[in-house]
Amino acid sequence: MSLISNLRAAAAVLVLSTAPALAQDKILNVSYDIARELFEALNPVFAADWKAKTGRDVTIDQSHAGSSAQARAVLEGLPADVVTFNQETDIDTLVQGGLVPENWRELFPNGASPYYSLPAFLVRKDNPKGIKDWNDLTREDVKVVFPNPRTSGNGRYTYLAAYAYALDANGGNQEEAQEFITKLFANVPVFDTGGRAATQTFAEREIGDVLITFEAETAGIAAQYADKEFVRVTPSVSLFAAFPVAVVAANAEKNGSTEVSNAYLSWLYTPEAQKILAQNHYRVTDASVAAEFKESLPEVKLVTVNEAFGGWAKIREEHLSEGGILETLFNN
Amino acid sequence: MTTASARIRPKRVLPGFTLSLGTTLLYLTVIILIPIAALVLTGAGIGWERFLRFVTSNSALNAFRVTLVAAGIATLINAFYGLLMAWVLTRYEFRGRVILDGLMDIPFALPTAVAGLALTALFSANGWFGGPLEAAGFQVVYALPGIIIAMAFTSIPFVVRAVQPVLEDLDPAIEEAAKTLGATPWQVFYRVILPAILPAWLGGCTVSMARSLGEFGAVVFIAGNLPGQTEIASLLAFIRIEEDNYAGAAAIALVLLCMALLLLLLSNLFQIRAARYREGGK
Amino acid sequence: MISAEEQIAASRHLATKSGQGVQRFLIGLAVVLTAVMIVAPLAYIFRRAFADGVGPYWAAITTPDTLHAIWLTVIVTIVVVPVNVAFGIAVAWVVARFRFPGRGLLMTLVEIPFSISPIIAGICYLLLYGRRGILGPFLQEHNITILFALPGIILVTMFVTAPFVAREVLPLMLAKGSEQEEAAVTLGAKGWQVFRYVTLPGIRWALLYGAVLCSARAVGEFGGVSVVSGRTRGQTNTLPLQVEQLFNDLNTGVAAFAAASTLTVIAIIALFAKALLQARAPHN
Repeated sequence: MSLISNLRAAAAVLVLSTAPALAQDKILNVSYDIARELFEALNPVFAADWKAKTGRDVTIDQSHAGSSAQARAVLEGLPADVVTFNQETDIDTLVQGGLVPENWRELFPNGASPYYSLPAFLVRKDNPKGIKDWNDLTREDVKVVFPNPRTSGNGRYTYLAAYAYALDANGGNQEEAQEFITKLFANVPVFDTGGRAATQTFAEREIGDVLITFEAETAGIAAQYADKEFVRVTPSVSLFAAFPVAVVAANAEKNGSTEVSNAYLSWLYTPEAQKILAQNHYRVTDASVAAEFKESLPEVKLVTVNEAFGGWAKIREEHLSEGGILETLFNN
Repeated sequence: MTTASARIRPKRVLPGFTLSLGTTLLYLTVIILIPIAALVLTGAGIGWERFLRFVTSNSALNAFRVTLVAAGIATLINAFYGLLMAWVLTRYEFRGRVILDGLMDIPFALPTAVAGLALTALFSANGWFGGPLEAAGFQVVYALPGIIIAMAFTSIPFVVRAVQPVLEDLDPAIEEAAKTLGATPWQVFYRVILPAILPAWLGGCTVSMARSLGEFGAVVFIAGNLPGQTEIASLLAFIRIEEDNYAGAAAIALVLLCMALLLLLLSNLFQIRAARYREGGK
Repeated sequence: MISAEEQIAASRHLATKSGQGVQRFLIGLAVVLTAVMIVAPLAYIFRRAFADGVGPYWAAITTPDTLHAIWLTVIVTIVVVPVNVAFGIAVAWVVARFRFPGRGLLMTLVEIPFSISPIIAGICYLLLYGRRGILGPFLQEHNITILFALPGIILVTMFVTAPFVAREVLPLMLAKGSEQEEAAVTLGAKGWQVFRYVTLPGIRWALLYGAVLCSARAVGEFGGVSVVSGRTRGQTNTLPLQVEQLFNDLNTGVAAFAAASTLTVIAIIALFAKALLQARAPHN
């Protein structure tokens, strides 16, 4: 008897969970790992905004993991309506899968990137190892924590920023740059698969002398663990990390969420949203909001991926491919 | 005689052969065999050369080495711990024996992710065990010992539960006889008890090893996932998937699958031996 | 002069005396090792879950996302366990009561999920049902969603837990033999009557025991589900996945351990149920 009633209950749930929501908008935002708190802050404000404008309720579901891992999951069928990633290549992956139109960069302002950040450092109280710049990270007495560049966009930016720094410091000598990266990797005690796990390793488990992650995360942790008095360190030069967004057109169409998905991503450019982004320590493109938060964000020389590497396509081919520079250095 | 009786075997008396075989095969096919076939097909589609390159790459070889070494040591630990527990639980009567017996199943029932979470917290620098151990210079978390502990924990029940019933069934008269004939306790154990429990013991160890090789949930928490040092094979397969390298993942998964099947076969052989021993003993 | 008998008695006395020492030592060793290896991790979960008291603990467990994860886990278990009980009975019946070619192979196949990594199970399903998998285009065409939704989670859990009931029931049915059932048939009983009145009473406790183990495993499945779930909070996060995610959230020292403690309680309840069942089952 319990078997039948169990099955019946299960069937009821199946029906309930697959029935289309009535008069209720719904989006699934598939995002990078450390954006958990960010979208928790953004989503309710957008929902209120949407309700005021259209009179409709909207539910926004969140999924977080390493950016590239998420791109793959969407490619494999995770029904994302919008993606908010930290790397353009991850959206290009979806283009190749026919889920996002090729011209996605033109569909929203700023190359479809409503905010940006950069790889920055976080060190322990009073900076006991005196870490100031990238070249301090290859010293033998320094333990460095950052996520696995093979699975995490965050970690990949760190790899590329360090590489760009080394190229710059060595007059563009590839071999010396690779030697620098090899030394850097040798100083890493743990490679977590996502940005947040790396944060936990550094902050909770107290491993490593320096954590490299997005500036927004370093500021967030410094505030969260105020009692541990971590110190934020901005290197002399870093990589401009765009955070691209896109509507997953194929899925949104199927789910009937195209309108609300577009509205959601457009809303990220409004002063209201930009302010929340800035409060979460991202750098924003809205001039007035950027000016308001100028003090909390130090000046830094940022190089773009195009300047340092000649674009993502080239990075893909030379660095990230199977047997490419990254994998070779990683297994040394 | 026997051949004749075999030839004129009576037709099946009991009903339900078609129904039960049909159900079994259908479920087996849909749930287990077709998905595994998908893996094998993908693996076959890679081509021999690429397959070899995937499984003999530096990272893959290191991962297999780490996995095998850790699983081997974990199995060794469980071989002795399991034997001790089986012995204590069957031979001695003491207060709390029932609770101790029940505790043996905890690693079975406890989700591996929870086990990983607990062990990591316990052995990290600010945990109960991690503090003193690290003060003494032992690094457990994010190092090989951590992997070994996680693997050992999740496969505790296998050896205990394999040896226990055999020890219970062992005829005490034989031991008595051996003792009467002047055998020392060690001799009794070595000459009388050990041969009897050996097949079951080895069978339990084999399953324990198979489980350790495949353990993921508990290990990823505690391992630190350092390429070449603490990256286990099933994590590497997972990373290959996350990197969108399905062929690489399938190749590693296939090697793991073959190891598991081999161990399974071995354990079934031991089980048959064990069953024969028990039947012969009676 | 000491007689031979006295000599033997003395040596026996000596043996038991030293035997008692050995016994005490072994029991002590067993208890200490078990405390370190099994009890400490369990205790530590609760210690951390209640680190800030009962209030924060309760608050952490009753967040909508964690409640949904509990709910989802229960649904998956409710679907998976009965199916695997039916499968276990079918396997046991066919293997224990009939001889046919391939019987040994069948037994090995049934045990496969038991020894392969759940991650590999997940990968298998991904390669089969993924959008780029073997059946991907077909599923797309017919608008069938399997991965990153309930069906995918259920299927992978079924794979991982498939052998549990069969493993408990099969040895018992083999040991019992088929004489009683054959007699019933000879007396004119129908197939289901034989099963209902002759077979079932004999294997009842083993069946329940298998179901309990199967439930515990289904509730705790992590590796396989993590490949096919999509990890959407409030949607496809099962409780173990929720534990992992909470562990990686900022400001949630208690939450992860609180969620983990519910899983631990489930495990302990399962073991109690199992112990009760064993006590009631006629020992064979």
